[in-house]
Amino acid sequence: MASTALRPSLQAPPPRKKSRLGHYVVMALLILATLFFLAPVYVMVVNGLKDKSYMTLGDMWKLPLYLNGGGFPLAWETLDQNLLASFRIVIPATILSAVIGAVNGYLLSKWKFKGSDVVFTLILFGMFIPYQAILIPMIQTMDFLNLYGRWQGLVLVHVIYGIPITSLIFRNYFANVPNELVEAARIDGAGLVGVFRQIMLPLAAPAFVVVGIFQFTNIWNDFLFGVTVVFDPKQQPVTVALNNLNGTNSVDWTVVMAAAVLAALPTAVVYILLGRFFIRGLLAGSMKG
Amino acid sequence: MATIPQVSARDAVAATPRRVSRSRFSFDRILSPLLLAPSAVAVFLFVYGFIGITVWISLSNWRSAAEDLSLRQPIGDSYQVLFSQSRFQIDLRNTLLFTLIFLLLAVGGGLGLAVLLDRKITGSGFFRSVFLFPYALSFITTGVTWSWIFNPETGVNLLFDAIGLNAVLASFGVEPLKPGWITDGTVAWQLNGAIAAVYPPAADWSLKLGIPVALIPVTIAAAWQLSGFAMAMFLAGLGTIPHEVREAAALDGATDRRLYQDIIVPLLKPIMVSTLIILGHVSLKIFDLIFAMSGKGPGFATDVPGIFVYEMIFRAQRYNIGAAASIVMLVLVCIVIVPYLARQLKEL
Repeated sequence: MASTALRPSLQAPPPRKKSRLGHYVVMALLILATLFFLAPVYVMVVNGLKDKSYMTLGDMWKLPLYLNGGGFPLAWETLDQNLLASFRIVIPATILSAVIGAVNGYLLSKWKFKGSDVVFTLILFGMFIPYQAILIPMIQTMDFLNLYGRWQGLVLVHVIYGIPITSLIFRNYFANVPNELVEAARIDGAGLVGVFRQIMLPLAAPAFVVVGIFQFTNIWNDFLFGVTVVFDPKQQPVTVALNNLNGTNSVDWTVVMAAAVLAALPTAVVYILLGRFFIRGLLAGSMKG
Repeated sequence: MATIPQVSARDAVAATPRRVSRSRFSFDRILSPLLLAPSAVAVFLFVYGFIGITVWISLSNWRSAAEDLSLRQPIGDSYQVLFSQSRFQIDLRNTLLFTLIFLLLAVGGGLGLAVLLDRKITGSGFFRSVFLFPYALSFITTGVTWSWIFNPETGVNLLFDAIGLNAVLASFGVEPLKPGWITDGTVAWQLNGAIAAVYPPAADWSLKLGIPVALIPVTIAAAWQLSGFAMAMFLAGLGTIPHEVREAAALDGATDRRLYQDIIVPLLKPIMVSTLIILGHVSLKIFDLIFAMSGKGPGFATDVPGIFVYEMIFRAQRYNIGAAASIVMLVLVCIVIVPYLARQLKEL
């Protein structure tokens, strides 16, 4: 270090030494990491495609001998209703929580009132709690509302516990809309509702995409609410069905792996197509916006 | 963005002063809390109200299918029972160890990946997408898949054969390497003996203070799923470091290694704290992943409070004990989250 520090700083900056060796080391490490991250995906897909009559568990890392669908037909037969049930829960829950989040985020960023920041923080707390701590009264309430055991109940639960995160993402998004825009519309006579419709909603499309993806992924991947609120095995979300399938000894591993792929496919596709928005959502969830 | 010029035209109109109706203004001031109220009430009820009821249940006599909300005497007895259960002691040990090892793997791994990707290497977008991909999957998918990878009869153990490790061992007359992974109930590096040497009553402790071997594969699976999140956080942080900082360092002749070690990583400290808090609280709540991957594990080697609560409520119908354990989980999470939220409130 001592010799390099003595280099007169008035000289032109030294060209950054592009160490070939360093480059190869970085590349090698990244490729190793890629192998680690893709290995389980490989295991899922490849073993799902295997036919049990030709392959044993000892062949896990080998490619399938024949491509005849492997465990997929049986996995589909077992999970199709649960996949449908998941969509039936996730789509309305995502839309509702996005709409509620948009309204809340708008109010909390542009129409602050005395104590609104405290209310916001108290709402935010709800996204960190372990849901085990609300399970018993939540189920009692669902029972009281005649929603226990029904997918509508699951939608309600996801919408309510989604309020903190969706309000947060929209609040941070709307906070970046210049106040001058709001003022201008107000001078034109627009009120609270008018500003929302004329100024905020037309600008909010990216935030809706971010929240939509975030909630779609969250709700699709939920297990605890799905397993506790709905008890008919055919109505339960696909995560619950997949877990049940893995615990069944009579089903072989190729079917379980195929089922894992089927259960992961919707969120995986969303991630691959809309990864940019996905990252924004998860960073917004960390509260830094 | 087509709306922007339109609105700036309005700005011009705004230059000519026009009075905003005062009554309208004050009506909107009331409308804002009114519109927020349904959400706020729902969340307060479903979060704070329900937590209150759970606390009450944890103090009650309700320990069978028949609901009994009378207060259990002496007050807090369920917590006494809970903490004296060896299973729950094991769970607390497991959850703390899991959190420590998982944070080390996920945050350390995420930082490493971010620093590697910061060098604008060809294909960095591809790598970033691959590393974050598991975050899009459910804990159940992850748990199910990794339960097969760490099945002693297949998965990782096949790789030991494939790379010839076991052939080498065999030539030295050593047994082939075939760890039991999630089926191994041993607790490694037990400290009980060492503690008992200093503090003799420790010899009677039933809780083994060590690392349950079966917990290691579970932390690896969790790190697989969540180190991409840490990476994304650090990459976002790296993006905010001004270019001048790097240039100044290069001007001073700092090597890449020193640039990261002495300048960039210290600048990432606030991001590091946020990442540790977020992943730390996820790990204290962990349930689905372990439930799907190994369950309670041999001798409760992978049991955690999340699984304990689930079984107490839905299998054993010991509602008061289950509620008490869930409140312990909540308190653990609050220790991490409340200071974080308080800081956020100050910044609002």
